[in-house]
Amino acid sequence: MSLLAAAGLWGPPGLLLTFALHPALCLRPAPTSGPPHRDYCVLGAGPAGLQMAYFLQRAGRDYAVFERAPRPGSFFTRYPRHRKLISINKRHTGKANAEFNLRHDWNSLLSHDPRLLFRHYSSAYFPDAGDMVRYLDDFADRLGLHVLYNTTIAHVTLNKDRQAWNGHYFLLTDQMGHAHRCSVLLVATGLSVPNQVDFPGSEYTEGYESVSVDPKDFEGQNVLILGRGNSAFETAENILGVTNFIHMLSRSRVRLSWATHYVGDLRAINNGLLDTYQLKSLDGLLESDLTDLAIVKDREGKFRVTLKFFLEEGNQSTDAITLPQDDNDNFAMRVAYDRVIRCLGWNFDFSIFDKSLRLSSGGEFSKKYPLVKASYESKGSRGLFVLGTASHSVDYRKSAGGFIHGFRYTARAVHRLLEHRHHGVAWPSTEHPVSQLTSSIVRRINEASGLYQMFGVLADVVLLKENATAFEYLEELPVQMLAQLETITGRRARHGLFVINMEYGRNFSGPDKDVFFHDRSVGHTEDAWQSNFLHPVIYYYRHLPTEQEVRFRPADWALPRPTAIHHIVEDFLTDWTAPVGHILPLRRFLENCLDTDLRSFYAGHTDLDLTPTTVPVFPAISRPPMGKA
Amino acid sequence: MMSSSFNIYRVGISFVMMCIFYKSAVDSLSELSPQKYFSTLQPGKASLAYFCQADSPRTSIFLEELNEAVKPLQDFGISVAKVNCVKEETSRYCGKEKDLMKVYLFRGNILLREFPTDTLFDVNAIIAHVLFALLFNEVKYITTLEDLQNIENSLKGKANIAFSYVRAIGTPEHRAVMEAAFVYGTTYQFVLTTEIALLESIGTEAIENAHFYFFHCKQVLDLTQQCRRTLMEQPLATLNIHRFIKTMEAPLLTEVAEDPQQVSTVHLQLGLPLVFIVSQQATHEADRRTAEWVAWRLLGKAGVLLLLRDSLEVDIPQHANVVFRRAEEGAPVEFLVLHDTELIISRVEGNTHIEEMQEDEDEDMQSPDMDIQDDEVAETVYRHRKTQLPLELTVELTEETFNATVVASDSIVLFYAGWQAVSMAFLQSYIDLAIKLKGTSTLLLTRVNCADWSDLCTKQNVTEFPVVKMYKEGKHPVSYAGMLGTEDLLKFILLNRISCPVNITSVQEAEEYLSGELYKDLVPYSSVSVLGLFSPNMTIAKEDFTKAGNYLRGFVITGIYSEEDVLILSNKYGATLPALLLARHKEGKVESIPFANSRVQDIVQIVTNALLETFPEITVENLPVYLRLQKPLLILFSDGSINPQYTKAILTLVKEKHLDSLTPCWLNLKNTPAGRGILQTYFNALPPLPLIVVVNLHSGGQVFAFPSEQAITEQNLLLWLKKLEAGLESPITILPAQEWKPPLPAYDFLSMMDAAASQHPTRKEPECTKETNMQKNDKQQHEDKSTIRKEPVETLRIKHWNRSNWFKEGDKSFRHDNKEL
Repeated sequence: MSLLAAAGLWGPPGLLLTFALHPALCLRPAPTSGPPHRDYCVLGAGPAGLQMAYFLQRAGRDYAVFERAPRPGSFFTRYPRHRKLISINKRHTGKANAEFNLRHDWNSLLSHDPRLLFRHYSSAYFPDAGDMVRYLDDFADRLGLHVLYNTTIAHVTLNKDRQAWNGHYFLLTDQMGHAHRCSVLLVATGLSVPNQVDFPGSEYTEGYESVSVDPKDFEGQNVLILGRGNSAFETAENILGVTNFIHMLSRSRVRLSWATHYVGDLRAINNGLLDTYQLKSLDGLLESDLTDLAIVKDREGKFRVTLKFFLEEGNQSTDAITLPQDDNDNFAMRVAYDRVIRCLGWNFDFSIFDKSLRLSSGGEFSKKYPLVKASYESKGSRGLFVLGTASHSVDYRKSAGGFIHGFRYTARAVHRLLEHRHHGVAWPSTEHPVSQLTSSIVRRINEASGLYQMFGVLADVVLLKENATAFEYLEELPVQMLAQLETITGRRARHGLFVINMEYGRNFSGPDKDVFFHDRSVGHTEDAWQSNFLHPVIYYYRHLPTEQEVRFRPADWALPRPTAIHHIVEDFLTDWTAPVGHILPLRRFLENCLDTDLRSFYAGHTDLDLTPTTVPVFPAISRPPMGKA
Repeated sequence: MMSSSFNIYRVGISFVMMCIFYKSAVDSLSELSPQKYFSTLQPGKASLAYFCQADSPRTSIFLEELNEAVKPLQDFGISVAKVNCVKEETSRYCGKEKDLMKVYLFRGNILLREFPTDTLFDVNAIIAHVLFALLFNEVKYITTLEDLQNIENSLKGKANIAFSYVRAIGTPEHRAVMEAAFVYGTTYQFVLTTEIALLESIGTEAIENAHFYFFHCKQVLDLTQQCRRTLMEQPLATLNIHRFIKTMEAPLLTEVAEDPQQVSTVHLQLGLPLVFIVSQQATHEADRRTAEWVAWRLLGKAGVLLLLRDSLEVDIPQHANVVFRRAEEGAPVEFLVLHDTELIISRVEGNTHIEEMQEDEDEDMQSPDMDIQDDEVAETVYRHRKTQLPLELTVELTEETFNATVVASDSIVLFYAGWQAVSMAFLQSYIDLAIKLKGTSTLLLTRVNCADWSDLCTKQNVTEFPVVKMYKEGKHPVSYAGMLGTEDLLKFILLNRISCPVNITSVQEAEEYLSGELYKDLVPYSSVSVLGLFSPNMTIAKEDFTKAGNYLRGFVITGIYSEEDVLILSNKYGATLPALLLARHKEGKVESIPFANSRVQDIVQIVTNALLETFPEITVENLPVYLRLQKPLLILFSDGSINPQYTKAILTLVKEKHLDSLTPCWLNLKNTPAGRGILQTYFNALPPLPLIVVVNLHSGGQVFAFPSEQAITEQNLLLWLKKLEAGLESPITILPAQEWKPPLPAYDFLSMMDAAASQHPTRKEPECTKETNMQKNDKQQHEDKSTIRKEPVETLRIKHWNRSNWFKEGDKSFRHDNKEL
């Protein structure tokens, strides 16, 4: 254990040592006879797995990462197929604040090493996927993370044991049949199974995962793409200039990320097809449920679109199959296609998990993610956490939890939960006198990247001490776990609390919203609650909300109804430090919640009043020699 | 403006209320028979009666007007009645014919005036005429300039004149003048004319319906001199006259030496701004003349004060010569540099105009004050945000340079946040310190802006701002805990030049140390030098003392002596080892305190207590230290330095342990002008000095004053204190506990959201309407941030959005989303 931690701290030279130490670690005496034991097992050495490994390593925990590929980040060696990442690599913001700059760095993982920032790996705003592979490789190496490569976990099962932290151990079996026993299982395997929709003729489709990326192969062809996500548009973008036309078919309308404020929706970088569609350049978008359709091959080997319904009723000879245009001669997709490409996204690989784990799919919106609680712990088995892209059911189509720039923070939150649960380390916090309350909040809303990226999911919490003379500041708590705050953090919330959350305006974002409407931005502090763009919202609760209150909160509310709420008016520069526009109304809000005066005074103002006072809250400040300079 | 006019209204009302002699329960016109009427008349009380035939119409225009006049006349103590003349019961007041009915004014049962009903054509006329008749002596009606001059001459040196012109008797203006005369008629001579020629002859331009002048005759002693005249510029209405007269009564010019923000005069209550002319000792006379001239010009428009910069405790910008303060509560004080007195006048007049304009806006804003900065630190920082500081005098450190710098040289580091007001205010002091230390210190003055280098600050354990740390010789940094100001930080830095405790190696050096010779330049910053005396073998005691010295570093000089010959010193100062010697440099005294078995905390406590003086002069800076003792203060207020006899008396009392339950101190109003404000709170007016009070701040807030007629002697004081202790003295005032409550409310976004949510379902504005609006608006597309508030909160626009389902499930036919295709 300690050896391992030390190896990590030695940095790059430690790399060799780490390898050298592996056998030793595997031989570490297990509590009972049987498979080697580890406190923490991480599945997958992708960004989320490595991020978790980093936190475990820094805390000096007993852990191992299992990776089937020989190097980290194997997903990125193949995907995205056209190699351009759509996560921005903003190298300049005009600010020195490293925490702030992470708000606009969507690729870096969190670490203490400034060399491990993605901007040192690529100068492209939309970097090449190869750079990501190189980056992850460096991340694992430089930090000496303990990864077992070429180890494919084929089966995971549960072994009940009263001695175990969670009442059971996780038993992992690799491809060699070796077993590994873990107290806590952290699943960071991402979404690895291409989504397939079953319909007659689906065998004629090519998948995104295998389709040619060479535009020459599409020269002069009619192409039908199934799907309307980023992979569909990425594929289209690549061949837009060489095809006759591209038709894109999906169940629901296209969702533009700049309208939905969700980075998983269609990003502007790939949306050339929208342009050519609206400018009547033969390309087009259509909506239909894929499960209703069928594809048939005609005599020329071209593909015809028809309805499953027609297939079922008629005889099965190809020429006799009814086509929609037989009835409806202006049917949109009456042309024959040379290729049909399926770009329907990815699913979580449930296959390796034994039924005993009760790791079920069926999140709120989609079946592609395993079901987890707001704490990222599986609903089925205690001690199993899902990290990274696979954990996106928590904030699917809301926040950034499915992407590096989001899940790097949720991994940290999970690590903090585990530190408290298993090692008695309370959630990190700083304690300050109440005079620092306004400043503490202003500081975080202006630099915190976790709040900014994981808006609505992770929120800061201010726990007030008795009589509100002091407070504890907790960062980036999974906000849906608010009711369980005391148990998950080990901190006490007996005297009221503030929650600092970032929010877009209600009803502002959506696939059909006009996000450029006149009056979309709010400037007046009094109208702050109507702010549309991402802005800080502070909730005040006199008592910690109960689980019931969190669960049955009003629709559209990120949190249960508070005692009082404050919106800091949206800011064009996302710089919420304006003395009158931002800080003053915040101070008034805090003052009125706490029924106190939070102003600062020069010595002599109050001190020489010689009237009986309770303690002045601020340290004495001499009136400075203003204006002399 | 709105609230201030309300104030005036309130004041006006209360004045009228005071004049009420009689208040009837009924406000409507009572109808009586003549017999009954005369039986109700009371001696000295005025009554207005309309005699009419019993069979006359029950309503008429006159009766309506009379009915309306009942209430206002009652407020002036005048009852009103309608007397029905029944045929059998004739009275001489009952006219013979129906159309010759008259109105009579009685005082008691004496008839004063009779009015034909057409004279009393409306409610204004009724009140004007009635008051005019009643105030016959108070209001002189004149027709010629000669009349006016006669009155003026007769009143010079005696009384002021309220002169008014109205176009006609019975007008609303006439009524306003008469109402004012009712209140002020005994204070000022009211003079009234309806002659336009008279007005022309006194030089009034642009004659309107009515004019009101105030003639300042009382201060005119030379009969050949004309009385100064001030014309009221507002329309002639009761409240305006009231306000105008109030400002005429206020002192023309007040001299102050207080923070302009704290000054309060009648002008502010009346909603008028204050103009402070900044004066210095050297130019006081000239400034005063200027100020008087301005004051005359602004009489009735603003309050003018002379602000004495030299005795001012607060800083005002160096070049500012005029300070302007608007009447709104919480409005920031403006510091101006105006080179022409006319500019002052136009500023006031211009500002009044602006205020009026703001009034309209405020009506739908409701809470205009919430945006006004009421944090004085934030306010000064904001006001000086454009001032360039010579930041180059300190070294800015970054994540890259920090470690190398603090290792390479002894450094002071200010950790601050560029957006935080307290940080920026302190940065000013820090720069000031850099100027003071320029070229004299080996210590590097550096700063880290934590808004930029957040991680660095966190690593240095800085999580609040501002923080000052001293990094010396690679040792653990020492955090500065003193006041955030130049002087205190300077003291900290200077005292940190020597180690703490400093190791003294010879008896001679120890003597130099105690006499203050050794650290001559540091002694002014440490009123006490502490020397610990130990035998060489007292290791533990030495260790504890060293720890205590470390703890106290930067606040007091400490030294340690533990050579073999330590007994020479302990014998000389009568101390038993281990001992503390305290050298009080000001008094040239060395005292010794044994401290065997004292732990670190006790030593710190002993030294901290020793730093307190027995009878200190209280200043803004040291007050908190003495308040910390939690004892009632016995303060001697002195205008200038203290009489040595008083000091002696108090020190004797201290010595005899009579003052153990109190903290005796004194306050020099010359050094600490804020003391004036304190005295004003205690006594309302500034009492004669010197003066002794006992203030019990920590429990109850009672203030007791030593009888000013008694001489401040030991005996008298002792006697008084005994009585105080026995509860035989009663406090002159009890100070209310100052509670730290929110100065203003916050926006209640929760209810705004609720209001919007409850409106939403009922609002079925067709979406197309919105869209056409949007198209129109497209033409004037603004930059992102230029949105202007247009609607009040109640009708806040609700963002429209399409509720239709995004997923068009169950749509069997292939639907193309673009119909025209």
